[in-house]
Amino acid sequence: MSQRREAAIVGIHEYPLRVAPGVSSLQIKAASAAKALSDAGLNWQDVDAVYDTGTHQNIGGLGISEYLGLKPDLIDTTSVGGSSYEFQANHAATMIASGKANVALLTYGSTAHSDRRAIGTGGATGQGSPTPFNNMEDPWGMTLISNYGMVKARHMHQYGTTDEQFANISVATRYHAMRNPEAVKAMTDLEFVGVNEITTQDVIDSRLIAWPLHLLECCMVSDGGGAVVIASKEIASNCAKKPVWIIGGGEATKYRENGGDITVSAGAQSGPKAFADAGVTPGEIDVLMAYDSFSITVMCMIEDLGFCAKGEGGDYVSSGILKFDQSGGPALNTDGGGLSSNHPGERGIFLLLESARQLRGESTSQVDGAQLAVAVGNGGQLGSRHSTSATILAAD
Amino acid sequence: MTQGSPLRPQPRFPEPDTEAFWEATKNRELKYQTCNSCSEIIFYPRAHCTACGSLDTSWNTSKGEGAVYTYSVIMQSRHPAFKDLGPYALAYVDLDEGFRVMTNIVNVSNPVNDISCGMRVKLNWHDQGEGEIALPMFEPA
Repeated sequence: MSQRREAAIVGIHEYPLRVAPGVSSLQIKAASAAKALSDAGLNWQDVDAVYDTGTHQNIGGLGISEYLGLKPDLIDTTSVGGSSYEFQANHAATMIASGKANVALLTYGSTAHSDRRAIGTGGATGQGSPTPFNNMEDPWGMTLISNYGMVKARHMHQYGTTDEQFANISVATRYHAMRNPEAVKAMTDLEFVGVNEITTQDVIDSRLIAWPLHLLECCMVSDGGGAVVIASKEIASNCAKKPVWIIGGGEATKYRENGGDITVSAGAQSGPKAFADAGVTPGEIDVLMAYDSFSITVMCMIEDLGFCAKGEGGDYVSSGILKFDQSGGPALNTDGGGLSSNHPGERGIFLLLESARQLRGESTSQVDGAQLAVAVGNGGQLGSRHSTSATILAAD
Repeated sequence: MTQGSPLRPQPRFPEPDTEAFWEATKNRELKYQTCNSCSEIIFYPRAHCTACGSLDTSWNTSKGEGAVYTYSVIMQSRHPAFKDLGPYALAYVDLDEGFRVMTNIVNVSNPVNDISCGMRVKLNWHDQGEGEIALPMFEPA
């Protein structure tokens, strides 16, 4: 099937620091935008579409154009947690293909580490305007990690998946992180115990944060950010770097339901739509950038996008194929992922950045001849309400 | 509740969808809704049916018996009301009437080993103060 070639990632930048005291999230966004536009060979005022989650210092669609100094014709403020950037990339590709915009800018910045935000273990604050969600969930002492822990526990119960099988996800991402100097610096700056490759036993032996999730199954809390520039095919053909084409996308949300199966994510809805949109199958994918907030998140993405049958992810990830230099399946999170490279709170933009690096041939764990990548973001909280969006990308 | 220990985050009002649910807990009643048009079970509480959109719904009282759907045992919480509890269990419980609640499983000595998915449980109310709401927790049946 001939794939669409209407919109492409033409410029990328990943903010290199994971510990960035004295810098604001908005400054990270602006600095990353400038570098990504430079990477594309485009100018600041070429941007005519701005995408923003509004989660940075409470400046959203209304303020971001002013802060950056842009006058876009199109503004999209989709904000659904860490997967927002896949939603936004899909929306940008659609709007560019329809002629509504030519150059779209997605930016992200966060100082979660320097702000000392206890993202995973803080629990509900019991503040803000009351909602039905808060009123039914705040009293139980749920931490974010325990929310995901409930999904892993059910997966283990329902399919017999073991801790050792889950640990292979952390092992593969660390294997890639050790080849990425920025990830090594991140783990060093964040004072990881043992900045080295790890074994499944290391993961199982690391302390429990919220049973059944161990420390080495949980993402870090870092500073960071980045920017992505998406352009029309006419502009892409004149950019500085090879275009990375957005060939398909899908998006969905899922939530706690009476009698529902918590092991099935929103990816079971959005993944097949993305593959159908792109006209490719999971078996053709070279690089899988799957949001690794926790090991269980990756397990659900692998199964729900159809890389293996539901419940067979434990065997699938244990076969070693997730490493970039192994054949038989896609390379997983070749930048080191949220587990071992960076996680400032909303990791979705990094999935697009590393997908683009792979399809340009610029990764530090480069898959030979990579042609197709999937960036699959997961936002919110997997065990309650969450979003999953997949963006499928192709090399030029 | 131990004297002087910080209070858990409480449901806050006005919040018109969940207020009747929490009001009923003062009488130790666990309430859920059904749709009078399509019989759907609605939980958490809302003013509309989540299956058909009907605004014609009824309140019912659960017997408070069910099974653990899944759980997690929190070893590390920074929240002042929970940080000194020791390991405690967060869970989804499926009530026999067909609705799922988030809750805590209590009265187990070792939550990791003494709880399992599918385990039968029953209500265990935790008062939050004189004239205040009570929290519906669960314990082994």
